[in-house]
Amino acid sequence: MPAPKYWREIPQRYRLEGAKCKGCGQVYFPPRLICSSCKSREFEMVNLQREGELLTYTIIRVPPSQFTDQSPYAIGIVELDRGVKILSQIVDCDLDKLEIGQRMRIEFRKIYSEGEAGIICYGYKCVPV
Amino acid sequence: MREVAIIGVGMNKWGELWYKSLRDIFTESALLAIDDAGVDHIDSMYVGCMSSGLFVGQEHLSSLLADYLGVCPIPSARIESACASGGLALRIGFLDVASGASDIVLVGGVEKMTDVPVEGATFALSTAADQEYEVYSGITFPGLYAMMAQAHMHKYGTTREQLAQVAVKNHHNGSMNPLAQFPQKVTVENVINSVMIADPLRILDCSPITDGAAAVILCPMDIAKKICKKPLVKITGSGNATDTIALHSREDITEIRSTKVAAEKAYKMADKKPEDIDLAEVHDCFTIAEICVIEALGFVEKGKGGKATEGGLTALDGKIPVNTSGGLKSKGHPVGATGIAQVCEIVKQLRGEANDRQVKNAKVGLTQNMGGSGGSSVVHIMEVV
Repeated sequence: MPAPKYWREIPQRYRLEGAKCKGCGQVYFPPRLICSSCKSREFEMVNLQREGELLTYTIIRVPPSQFTDQSPYAIGIVELDRGVKILSQIVDCDLDKLEIGQRMRIEFRKIYSEGEAGIICYGYKCVPV
Repeated sequence: MREVAIIGVGMNKWGELWYKSLRDIFTESALLAIDDAGVDHIDSMYVGCMSSGLFVGQEHLSSLLADYLGVCPIPSARIESACASGGLALRIGFLDVASGASDIVLVGGVEKMTDVPVEGATFALSTAADQEYEVYSGITFPGLYAMMAQAHMHKYGTTREQLAQVAVKNHHNGSMNPLAQFPQKVTVENVINSVMIADPLRILDCSPITDGAAAVILCPMDIAKKICKKPLVKITGSGNATDTIALHSREDITEIRSTKVAAEKAYKMADKKPEDIDLAEVHDCFTIAEICVIEALGFVEKGKGGKATEGGLTALDGKIPVNTSGGLKSKGHPVGATGIAQVCEIVKQLRGEANDRQVKNAKVGLTQNMGGSGGSSVVHIMEVV
């Protein structure tokens, strides 16, 4: 991946920076330039809550090539405590014991690395609380 | 707006067509449609194609395909909306004729997916999802639909067997379609014992990777009445709608809102209700997709799609036969071509040309084509006049 493409997402991937609409209070992750609900263009930066609830999940058994060494792995959609939903891997868990409604906590982890000379990609993953 | 008729359809056998190029499979289908319509020229053309750049390293299809069809210098455009590219191309062609800008319009769809290894095809398809906030975490398309399935099963009690029934039905229909890529019949046991891809979806819950094309010819009703020798099929409703690109940004993960909204627009335009539809071709890229789609189209109440499928509502001899062609599951899913192949099937059914899989007294048909995990949808209603 080209360095700028990786670098410009760092505030979201490393620090979970979202944007709260000054018009209606809706929180967006990643930030946007215009609110889909009230059309306001004024936002303030907020950090996402780090805990939430598992809404749905799957176990990926046929992964994209850069994830081959991690397969099988779980991925889920988690609703964080301020209403923002994210998609992330669920790690440090027993794949057979995942359940919708389970509490999850976000942690900073390595996502994948692009071979010997490529970028080591980091971001957020969820672990059961 | 002028009334718009479909006067020709063309499609060839789909599959892994190693010996044929993108330009050849498109031109074959386009010529079949032109011959079926009996026209001696076309005024403009639109082609749905999701990702010829990633699949075969070729962009600029507007020129390439007009060139190889021998119709330069007519206006030509390639339309892209992921797996809904074909359906959207039909809508653009419909608007072109309806507006009075063009008379005879060819609308095609094409995808040549087997020139890249499977990982390459998986990557190309994944570009229909949010690259930075979905794909970055290792999700795949089967994975996205698997999460919809998991949520649907949890919320509504949809069962593993009900998902399998979609595949069983569509492969049964496809066994009567000589153009289908996988015309083999399957059983519930085959499906639920096939290889797991993304829990709970197994390989036989997924549509395949396919090379294929399809084409139709549109013209205003007054011209169609003069030149068309077959039963006249009219497009009476057309709707297009969008939703968030990321599945996780949606309010309800089990609802395909873009299809719901596109259908409402098409029903309103055609002055029809869900119960007026005699048969439908819908986007069963995964078994769960057909269940969510028949709910979004209003054929069944929300949450009842699995049960209705199990009860035979959507079977060939059911109240609303769905995917009589075999659907994406059995017929194949060359992404850009799918939306046009759906129209070919409905036109054949409305004309009474569907042979063994003919639905009796088919007068009103519907097509539903969607992109990504439901980020875009196109719905059309067609009637025989």
